Amino acid sequence: MSGLAMPKPDDATLRRRDEIVADMRIIVPGEGVVDAANAMRAFESDGLTAYRQLPLVVVLPQTVAQVSRVLKYCSDRNIRVVPRGSGTSLSGGALPLEDAVLLVMSRFNRILEIDFQNRIVIAQPGVTNLGITTAVEQEGFYYAPDPSSQIACSIGGNVAENSGGVHCLKYGLTANNVLGIEMVLMNGEVVRLGGSHLDAEGYDLLGVMTGSEGLLGVVTEVTVRILKKPETARALLIGFPTSEQAGQCVADIIGAGIIPGGMEMMDLPAIHAAEDFVQAGYPLDVEALLIVELDGPGVEVDHLIGLVEAIAHSNGSTTCRISQSEQERLSFWAGRKAAFPAVGRISPDYYCMDGTIPRKELPRVLAGMRELSEKYGLGVANVFHAGDGNLHPLILYDANVPGELDKAESFGADILRLCVKVGGVLTGEHGVGVEKRDLMPEMFNQIDLDQQMRVKCAFDPNHLLNPGKVFPQLRRCAELGRMHVHRGQVAFPDIPRF
Amino acid sequence: MTTFTPSTAAETLSTIAWAAAEDSPLEILGHGSKRGIGRPQQSEHTLDLSKLSGVTLYEPAELVLSAKAGTPLAEIESLLAENGQQLAFEPMDYGPLLGGEPGPGTIGGVLAANLSGPRRLKAGAARDHILGIAAVSGRGGAFKSGGRVVKNVTGYDLSKLMANSWGTLAVFTDVTFKVLPAAETEVTLAIRGLLDHHAVAAMALALGSSAEVSSAAHLPERVAARVAGGSLGSDAATLLRIEGFGPSVAYRIAALKDLLKNAGPLQEISGSVSYSVWRDVRDCAPFADGSERPVWRVSMAPSQGHQMVLALRMQAAVDAFYDWQGGLIWLRMQQDDPEAGLLRGLIKKYGGGHATLVRATPSHRAAIPVFEPQAPQLAALSARLKAEFDPKNILNPGRMAPGAGSATLAPATEGGAQ
Repeated sequence: MSGLAMPKPDDATLRRRDEIVADMRIIVPGEGVVDAANAMRAFESDGLTAYRQLPLVVVLPQTVAQVSRVLKYCSDRNIRVVPRGSGTSLSGGALPLEDAVLLVMSRFNRILEIDFQNRIVIAQPGVTNLGITTAVEQEGFYYAPDPSSQIACSIGGNVAENSGGVHCLKYGLTANNVLGIEMVLMNGEVVRLGGSHLDAEGYDLLGVMTGSEGLLGVVTEVTVRILKKPETARALLIGFPTSEQAGQCVADIIGAGIIPGGMEMMDLPAIHAAEDFVQAGYPLDVEALLIVELDGPGVEVDHLIGLVEAIAHSNGSTTCRISQSEQERLSFWAGRKAAFPAVGRISPDYYCMDGTIPRKELPRVLAGMRELSEKYGLGVANVFHAGDGNLHPLILYDANVPGELDKAESFGADILRLCVKVGGVLTGEHGVGVEKRDLMPEMFNQIDLDQQMRVKCAFDPNHLLNPGKVFPQLRRCAELGRMHVHRGQVAFPDIPRF
Repeated sequence: MTTFTPSTAAETLSTIAWAAAEDSPLEILGHGSKRGIGRPQQSEHTLDLSKLSGVTLYEPAELVLSAKAGTPLAEIESLLAENGQQLAFEPMDYGPLLGGEPGPGTIGGVLAANLSGPRRLKAGAARDHILGIAAVSGRGGAFKSGGRVVKNVTGYDLSKLMANSWGTLAVFTDVTFKVLPAAETEVTLAIRGLLDHHAVAAMALALGSSAEVSSAAHLPERVAARVAGGSLGSDAATLLRIEGFGPSVAYRIAALKDLLKNAGPLQEISGSVSYSVWRDVRDCAPFADGSERPVWRVSMAPSQGHQMVLALRMQAAVDAFYDWQGGLIWLRMQQDDPEAGLLRGLIKKYGGGHATLVRATPSHRAAIPVFEPQAPQLAALSARLKAEFDPKNILNPGRMAPGAGSATLAPATEGGAQ
């Protein structure tokens, strides 16, 4: 589709498929190897369903030793490997390759340790995000990052993507809530980073592993911090005649020293789609709707509700409802949480984007999007993690109309270019994957990209792990290894003195 | 022996490009306030970044601040304070512990050393707040990573990789940090007279409640008198800090008092005494004695630290106090011997973690791994990474480990705790 160039399949590997499948069955006996096309169909794409490809073979290991042996086997024979958790990536991070082993970690589904005294949970990577909270919630604890796919997405995948969620302004991303991992390098070596202590020693490899999209290593164990649940949470539902006023309200809330547990914004098309779908009681006569959720002890929440209400009024809010019960709070969220399926009702297909912008640029970016919407003749609805500037435009299109998918993708790329232009970034939480891979030069020059690829070389010098993702053009590590400066050839032959 | 003092990113780049071309090692300095940490260096030249200074962007409503790497931390903290904001990770000041004055230190050094403070428990360290960098690698390549927005997963997070790299991977020219509102008020609840193991249990109880304790430290009997000008007296003090809006702080302090009513005598500390108690805990003031007696910074699971210390005391005379609910242990040896092998063996025995020899004589720092030795696979990976950034080993060579790595190898007999 859409002319996406993936690494050319290796003919020698394709020819040896039967032998590789047989060897995989030796390493992972039992039900752990899937090679029939119809059975592999379930793995042909992730959450970015426009891209599909059957893998060479699907392998579902159950032990760290098996993961290590599979990777070493593939490394020794120059066979590519694509790791996969639950397959909920929205950027094609787990898209299979024709000549690659798809290493599926879903059988690593056990929680290994719960330690309330140190407030940590040690889990295998296939445990779902929500599964961690479920394991500790009876004691009043939870795991803070809450991506919207939390019922399905795996904690190993969360590490790979540095997943966020609606609460991350206050409680941080995956990177801020993971203390340690065990991982297997492409050469089969098992490495542990961090542990149950707060800071890891040496270089922050855990920091660079988090969000590395499965290109550096395969995570086999994760240690996360858990938090005590806040005593209470209440929300305000605030409508504004313009997005500028809503944006200013957000700035003023933060300026007052308040970091809400969640702060979400929706634009007019998103409000109407959500209200039509779930009848959340959203006002339909406003251009922008804010949901501000405050959590903590009751006295704190009540205190802050008063402050936020005053700030909303001073910014010209036309409606401001304050939840008086847990049921009402959930009803405020119902529309926001149903925004994606709601948009799915009004359009045959939608394409979800994920840029982040400096918050103050919101009006400019929304105006730019309206222009692009006219240019491409496609509608767009916006939901926005207003606290942290993460924008999710939903582009409406119909895949059955020839050319519309291409048009939606071009529209999306233009939106992301606009995000970068105003000081933002290509992706806030969905990852680069294959989807935004070719847009990387919008944000990074060749030196920037080369330095990132050099990190890859330290972990996987032959580009065997998840190739074709993140980087628009793979350059051989030997080529990257050359120094660009040589004695006598520099621009500054004399000692520079400042 | 030349000292280069670039005042622009371009000058920094040309200095490093020259040094790379000449195979000429550089010692990378900001204010030099942490120069005494790490293996002693014998670099031919010095790259002094203190002239590369100035805040380049500060937007309080966007919670973001960018500055050139040599900008004084003090300048940034006072600018933030004027706007009711702060670096929430509370970077410590190593100056007094290492025999210097309090105050110096650059924002680049904050990232290079991955500084944090007592609020680490709740707010993380420098690594958790860095949003983006511009830097020059040892290859003489100027690269950037990250951005100026909080939520960003575009490409590898090289900014985090710079945290705790001590100038051995790249030289930062610009850094961008997330900033946060400073708390309206803070109150500290102290439990007095507890032994270490009771203190650790009390801190775990407090942290496991919904009182949102932002810091938890335990100062044993002989240590408590050495903070806040002696105003705490000498009885052991187990300190729990509550920060936030006034009504919330009052409520949570009351809840904590109820929770801990049987733990021991309780004392409320507020205002300037509370601030200076936490500042002194942050800066390891109890051991800032002007001597060179070995001081270790040890990181372990909170429940394990005091057990390790108890075992250590059976074989060596040490003073100790605890931050981070017991997970950060500051140790001062009473004799000249750092006892590295003994200490690191016990850390391993009590569940793992790591120890950094933050203060010692140059000869001890040359002979003993200052940073925790790593298992072979991890040490090799770190060395490969170093080579990708600095193939000629010209940036702070040998500071973290002899040769080109960031870590020495753990002795083979100690097995695979890595």
